Amino acid sequence: MAHVVPTDVPDTGPPAPEQQRRGLAGYLLLTPGSLWLALFFLVPTVTLVATSLYDPAGSLELGYEMTGHIQNYPDAIADFWPQIQRSLVYALIATVVCIVLGYPLAYAIAFKAGRFKTILLVAVIAPFFTSFLVRTLAWQYLLGDTEWFVSFLRWLPFTGADLQLINTPFAVVAGLSYNFLPFFVLPLYASLEKMDHRLLEAASDLYASPARGFLKVTLPLSMPGVVAGTLLTFIPAAGDYINAELLGSPNTRMVGNEIQDLFYAGDYPTASALSVALMVTIVVMVAVYVWRAGTDELV
Amino acid sequence: MTIRRIPTGPGLGRRRMLQGAGLSAFALGSPTLLSACGTESQKQTADSCKSTDKSDEEKVLVFSNWPEYIDIRGGRMPTLEQFETESGIDVTYDTDINDNLDFFAKVKDQLGSCEPIGRDIIVMTDSTAGRMIALGWMQELDKSNLPNVEANLIDSLRTPSWDSERKYSVPWQAGLTGIAYNADVTGEVTSFEEMLTRSDLKGKVGLLTEMEDTMAFMLVLEGADPEDFTDDEWQSAIARLEEVVGSGQVRRFTGNDYIRDLKSGNLAACMAWSGDIAAAEDERIPFVQPEEGLNIWSDNMMVPNRAEHKTNAEMLMDYYYDPVVAATLAAWVWYICPVEGAREEMERIDPSLVDNNLIFPSEEFLATTRDFMVLDEKTRQQYESDFRQASGG
Repeated sequence: MAHVVPTDVPDTGPPAPEQQRRGLAGYLLLTPGSLWLALFFLVPTVTLVATSLYDPAGSLELGYEMTGHIQNYPDAIADFWPQIQRSLVYALIATVVCIVLGYPLAYAIAFKAGRFKTILLVAVIAPFFTSFLVRTLAWQYLLGDTEWFVSFLRWLPFTGADLQLINTPFAVVAGLSYNFLPFFVLPLYASLEKMDHRLLEAASDLYASPARGFLKVTLPLSMPGVVAGTLLTFIPAAGDYINAELLGSPNTRMVGNEIQDLFYAGDYPTASALSVALMVTIVVMVAVYVWRAGTDELV
Repeated sequence: MTIRRIPTGPGLGRRRMLQGAGLSAFALGSPTLLSACGTESQKQTADSCKSTDKSDEEKVLVFSNWPEYIDIRGGRMPTLEQFETESGIDVTYDTDINDNLDFFAKVKDQLGSCEPIGRDIIVMTDSTAGRMIALGWMQELDKSNLPNVEANLIDSLRTPSWDSERKYSVPWQAGLTGIAYNADVTGEVTSFEEMLTRSDLKGKVGLLTEMEDTMAFMLVLEGADPEDFTDDEWQSAIARLEEVVGSGQVRRFTGNDYIRDLKSGNLAACMAWSGDIAAAEDERIPFVQPEEGLNIWSDNMMVPNRAEHKTNAEMLMDYYYDPVVAATLAAWVWYICPVEGAREEMERIDPSLVDNNLIFPSEEFLATTRDFMVLDEKTRQQYESDFRQASGG
């Protein structure tokens, strides 16, 4: 979120040699990043927006005509409204699960782990040693109808004998939460870790109970970490399609799945319109969230 | 080895760099600006896209196929190795095709603009093969290099509607789409309709992501003929599919991966391809010819535009139409063998397979199977979208 602003010198007469060098260095440092962004972000985004305005009557055989067909947007949104809602709801639930599981974990690692801190941090990162895809495939087995976990749950008195986990909304949300949990824990840990403990001592000196100290000192100070963590969880979760593809059913499909299928079916204008709509929705939601959370010095 | 010295020009000043940056921004911007005016037709013709054949100088061949679709013994591929020895051609065999639409999406930009895709042979199922041929993306084959194919290709595969003279394609294998079930999880399933309606199968049924496969059955359920149906019939078949998916009967739409779910019992019954089930050799999982009949399809070898080893590719195609080679392959992959005479050779390799209708189907048996109507590019896109949307719940 932070932008490196080039410290250019205002043009007041001939600049001193040293200043000139610094200005040039700034540009040089910016060049690789800017080219990268232009090539891999700007160009694709413009192409995407342009494609979303093509005449949907086009095909590979006839080509696509640019007609500024803005109607693609209402059409795509109307057709895929259930999946858009579902994506946002699943991502929201997954984010809440990450907060509930991740906050105590990050707190424990930062403040209570002592000499086990490093080991616990490695444990949080360890899943990344295996690919995202493989880990999600592993969940297919873990939650399978005939696997021990489901057999055990079915044996319990309060669950039905028909209990099914895989290919349900539960499995998709569980997969999302699992896959994005480290992205919540790590930034939160970083912001808790650098907290000044003397502030808590001061709070207790002023007769604050531990709970009150947490609410008045720790929690507000950790907010940048929480905001960063929730963004890193919510944004990829809303656009994810792997979890819904591998753990879901036809009734749990998310927007990402629909975009992929539209692309495969060759309906590029609708696919692009849906992608742009999703991007805009997420950017607006995130902007409102960051503004409400009031953490300008986020990162 | 020669090391080329890169000439060093005058020092890179700030102004110069900005000029450079401006130029590159312009270069980057031009495709972007072009995209604002729409895109050209992606259709190619023999004139618009010329290919050169370097087979004489380069004895190599890149062959992209589907997984588990060739004989493999102990990590070696006997028929392919024999071809390499006989012809002196070094073959790179890749199994990077898993789904027709997936692969189509992967190569469409290159083929649409007459760029090479780095493969000399690709294997696509009928409709996708037909689509690529109609778009002019494939090279015409030289029949004088294909005497075995000319002599031995079985009659039922000689004149597909999408390549009526087999000018651009040679079948690799053919197969049937029916249903399969896991006998550990459920009792016998005899029809497609039963699979979609039986309450004990609710949430345990798999359908295929290949549009033709699934929709041929849906069309039959609606009383239509998949080889010749109207738009109204299509719409009612789509509505029926939506209803089935909405009822929660279907657990997943799958590609080849149904076999894993079927074995583990997550799927009780599903649509299945004959060779997969036969090759699984699991008596709990029988392949069923449903009351609604079977779909027949073939996977076809083709040479894409700009592939530089067409003659080498034709040599390989012809080699696999030698009945002995074809029988060896069929005994491994268990799909329908497209080669006349292979059945006689099979007597010596594995007599138990000779009377297997899934490998050497009789004429009467083939008469009961069905194809799918040929669609033009625009209708295909529309139907694919309908299908994808209906299967999305």
